[in-house]
Amino acid sequence: MKPGTTETSTQTEQEAAIYPSRLRYEAPRTLDEATALLAEGGGDAKVLAGGQSLVPMLKLRFASPEMLVDINEIPDLGYHVRDTDGTIRVGALCRHADLERSTLLAQHQPTMMAAAPVVADPIVRNRGTLVGSLCHADPQGDWASVMLALDASVVAYGPQGRRSIPIRDLVSGPFQNTLAYDEIAVEAVVPPPQGIATGGYLKLERRVGDFATAGVAVAIDRVGDRVVRAGIGLTGVGGSTIAADDAAAVLVNGPLSAEKIGEAADLAAAAAQPHTDHRGSSDFKRQLVRVFTRRLLTGLTTSGEEAA
Amino acid sequence: MTSLYEEISPTPADEVPVREVTITVNGERRSARVEPRLLLVHLLRQGFKLTGTHIGCETTNCGACTVLFDGTPIKSCTMLAVQADGHEVMTVEGLAGPSELHAIQEGFKEEHGLQCGFCTPGMMLTSKALLEENPHPTEDEIRWAISGNLCRCTGYQNIVKAVMWAAEKLDDGKGSESEVTT
Repeated sequence: MKPGTTETSTQTEQEAAIYPSRLRYEAPRTLDEATALLAEGGGDAKVLAGGQSLVPMLKLRFASPEMLVDINEIPDLGYHVRDTDGTIRVGALCRHADLERSTLLAQHQPTMMAAAPVVADPIVRNRGTLVGSLCHADPQGDWASVMLALDASVVAYGPQGRRSIPIRDLVSGPFQNTLAYDEIAVEAVVPPPQGIATGGYLKLERRVGDFATAGVAVAIDRVGDRVVRAGIGLTGVGGSTIAADDAAAVLVNGPLSAEKIGEAADLAAAAAQPHTDHRGSSDFKRQLVRVFTRRLLTGLTTSGEEAA
Repeated sequence: MTSLYEEISPTPADEVPVREVTITVNGERRSARVEPRLLLVHLLRQGFKLTGTHIGCETTNCGACTVLFDGTPIKSCTMLAVQADGHEVMTVEGLAGPSELHAIQEGFKEEHGLQCGFCTPGMMLTSKALLEENPHPTEDEIRWAISGNLCRCTGYQNIVKAVMWAAEKLDDGKGSESEVTT
């Protein structure tokens, strides 16, 4: 091959080779350094954790931050632990794959355990994080509806210290969260179950890695037969993930009867606000929510404590 | 040292924010001066001339650009090159030894695990990580593991066979034939 030929083909590829807009990159070693950088960025800096949503957005220039603050080099954020009171805490660098392989979740948290293996695809799960997914606030993100069902919160760390943000208050719209520009979400906190934690997550996707056509997360705490707490979260059927509170409320204070399950399924479907798109019609998605809710709850009546 | 930014940017070099990165690629320490916005896959292909890592969809869907990052499969189109600073990356070029193919490469050859070959580097690296974690995967486990790598030719049948072939071969290599259930 002539040297010139090689050069030309290389040149063509090189011209197309950079997609994100120009940015400054910092990889601090401590949270305080990170928040100081965010403060310095004054709203034009963005936290980079797993990057499985942010980097694609940078490439498409849907996001063009002036600075990226990569938190991957900050030690001790990859944990997920269960406190003695049953609280589960997930650090900012805990990857989906860590949760998918977690014996702790397998033992104690069926809703999260059901969701972890269906987030994105296996390679994305090696990198992406639960906390990052919550902050990204994609209406089709799986974790946000799971966390809504579990009534979880996120701990934000900033120059003013730490504060807890309930997951319902974290998401303010599609791809919008309520973190201050100099705050980092350092962990997600799932409160202890009021009784035995049961639940599950179901979603329909056209293929592995696609966004959800629709998804339903159910978390039911029971003492004996009696439901003492219920949460239902909906994925991909509105401008943000939806807490189907009315549906969950009918389940509380009694056993999971067929009648109550049917009522909850109808109310969950009513809470959905799906749009017709290439993944399906709004009616179809609403029906998915109804069927998934019923299927998950019915599964809990037959298989006891297992995830549906 | 590779200075990739000079070739790919019309901006004068002194105005470009540049970082030096040192990455262990296939066991060899390599350094480069790059713009922070450069993607890892582009550093590998254009900077280090390791073109075995392919660029497919560039939207984090297809897995053609899969490499092992500290031993774990990641999509190198979805990581910035600067993020790999101080880390280990293995590309498909790192699979074969000096005189023989890796068992996974042999498996793909023996079982005809490829047609056009575009997805193959990613498939093999994902499979390598799978077999290290789970040396005796079932067919379902293999399909699960490679579900982030798209193949448009084979229908996956022969890819699954290739990985099973490699699992057996690696098992024989360890001399633990008693564990093989055929």
